[in-house]
Amino acid sequence: MAGLRLEGLRKSFGANEILKGVDLALADGEMLVIVGASGCGKSTLLRLVAGLESPTAGRILIDDQDVTGRDPSARDIAMVFQNYALYPHMSVFDNMAYGLKIRGLPKSEIRAKVDAASSLLGLDALLDRKPRQLSGGQRQRVAMGRAIVRDPKLFLFDEPLSNLDAKLRVQMRGEIRRLQRRLRVTSLYVTHDQVEAMTLGDRLLVMHQGVPVQLATPTEVFERPADTYVAGFIGSPAMNLLPGILGRNGTVVAVEGTEIPLGNRRFARPDGHPVTLGIRPEHVALDPAGTSWPVEVVELLGSEMLVHAGRADGASLTLRLPNGAALSDTVRVSFPAGQLHLFDRATGLRLEAVA
Amino acid sequence: MMRSRLVALIPHAVLILAVLLFAFPIWIAIAGSTQDSAAIARGDISLIPDPAGLGVYRDVLVNGSAGAGPVWRALLVSAGMALVIALGKIALSLPSAYAVTFFRFPFRMTAFWLIFLTLMLPVEVRLIPTFQVMSSLDLINSFTGLTIPLVASATATLLFRQTFLTLPDELVEAARMDGAGPLRFLKDIIIPISGANIAALFVILFVYGWNQYLWPLLVATDPKLDTVVIGIVKMIGVDTATEWNKVMATAVLALLPPVAVVLLMQRWFVKGLTEGDK
Repeated sequence: MAGLRLEGLRKSFGANEILKGVDLALADGEMLVIVGASGCGKSTLLRLVAGLESPTAGRILIDDQDVTGRDPSARDIAMVFQNYALYPHMSVFDNMAYGLKIRGLPKSEIRAKVDAASSLLGLDALLDRKPRQLSGGQRQRVAMGRAIVRDPKLFLFDEPLSNLDAKLRVQMRGEIRRLQRRLRVTSLYVTHDQVEAMTLGDRLLVMHQGVPVQLATPTEVFERPADTYVAGFIGSPAMNLLPGILGRNGTVVAVEGTEIPLGNRRFARPDGHPVTLGIRPEHVALDPAGTSWPVEVVELLGSEMLVHAGRADGASLTLRLPNGAALSDTVRVSFPAGQLHLFDRATGLRLEAVA
Repeated sequence: MMRSRLVALIPHAVLILAVLLFAFPIWIAIAGSTQDSAAIARGDISLIPDPAGLGVYRDVLVNGSAGAGPVWRALLVSAGMALVIALGKIALSLPSAYAVTFFRFPFRMTAFWLIFLTLMLPVEVRLIPTFQVMSSLDLINSFTGLTIPLVASATATLLFRQTFLTLPDELVEAARMDGAGPLRFLKDIIIPISGANIAALFVILFVYGWNQYLWPLLVATDPKLDTVVIGIVKMIGVDTATEWNKVMATAVLALLPPVAVVLLMQRWFVKGLTEGDK
């Protein structure tokens, strides 16, 4: 069991800088989910930690030992791949035992370790099967088993659930979480799926174009996104972002000439400062006295519905309403002061209220 | 109904015709081998084999015929040559394909293209220089000289490389994480996974080696190193009367080992191909 520390990690492929400096510290037993759109550098980061790529600059420390120059096998880590990467010609047992065999463990010990892992994962009945005789979920379990038997200092997950169907994904997500909690192995989990990120991680690292944008607990990331990118990325459907102007000594935002009060919060920016106002779809309130938005599309999701409204000038707004809410061609809405997020329009960074 | 039957019959008719076309010469050889040599020379071959003439097989195997030694020896030389060529080609091309696919080294692609280029230079094209090299190495009239120049294979290298390229990178990476070094990865993962390809290649290369004519003719003049293909040619005398029944018996004998290899290995590689999950 060990922590992981990254110091100023950078990676370039030719002139193309993929990772632009990542500093990170994971506590022992912590599960950190790295989330971001494709091409944000999250997989590269994982491969650097695994030792499958070598960094252009920076250091990787596992258990306070510098492993930057070490071979993957000398880092005492295990990785679960997106396409499972099981050895197709080996039985489930041999797939799990292979790493131990190479390490020269005695047969009885290998047997014991594989048996323990397979009963933990419910693979007992499948040990003699070949990977092609297994379903996607079972293959995923074998891949996890292969990681577990090694008893590594660090687990790396590279989008392990992307190849599964939706139902299985939810189930395996729960299993991974339970397993990680139980084994208390420090883990890095890469995904582009924000639901996975929110449910699995002790903390989230949101990456954008090779730069870590926010590192915080899932709740924190959801409730106080660090910038407009995180605000738009985490949460589904995405947060509504509307351009506005700060006014009245920093207590209101004018959107399209309508003043929206910010409650008892005050923002230390001069009046007329351009800002972006953010509000999640579930927080937009129907209000007969509010501003009017023409309804464009209504999506029924079962217990609730999504209402997409848009104005002629291109401004759009999404509302999440309970199913059966009375609707006409337009909705009148207001923005509750307590649920508003404010971002600097020029930098995209979150603005915090003073006092 | 009638129409669809007719449609089904035509392909069958074509197939049967093709089979007859291929099988007929072989049948003539089998039937002819049991008949009188003089009758064959006159063109009087009966299509019905004569059981009384079956002794010719024993005769050619043990005694051979005028102009050529016993066929059992020629069969042995041929089998040895075909085996060394097939196994040698696989043993050489597998690691070279492994090297150009999985390793980064200077002039990697140059190496690959050089190998690729030799595809355009089969034995027949480089006959004279190869003979010169063998002669300088004093390998004329030796089993080594007979086989080694035929062992290098661009085709097999290319085939293995294409197979290796289809393996997902993650497989290599998973093995690296498991601590498998390059040789271990080759032995534990690559070779077992390529089993079907190796079997298929072995069949093709064995037949290729078995059918070699020009190179053995040139490099081995010692009758002890006559392959069965060379032996057949030697039996067809220029000035003596050719014993056609013996020639045909030898041809039938020469046909059997490649057929056996194809039949035996076919089960293997069809199994490999249908079970594959690669």
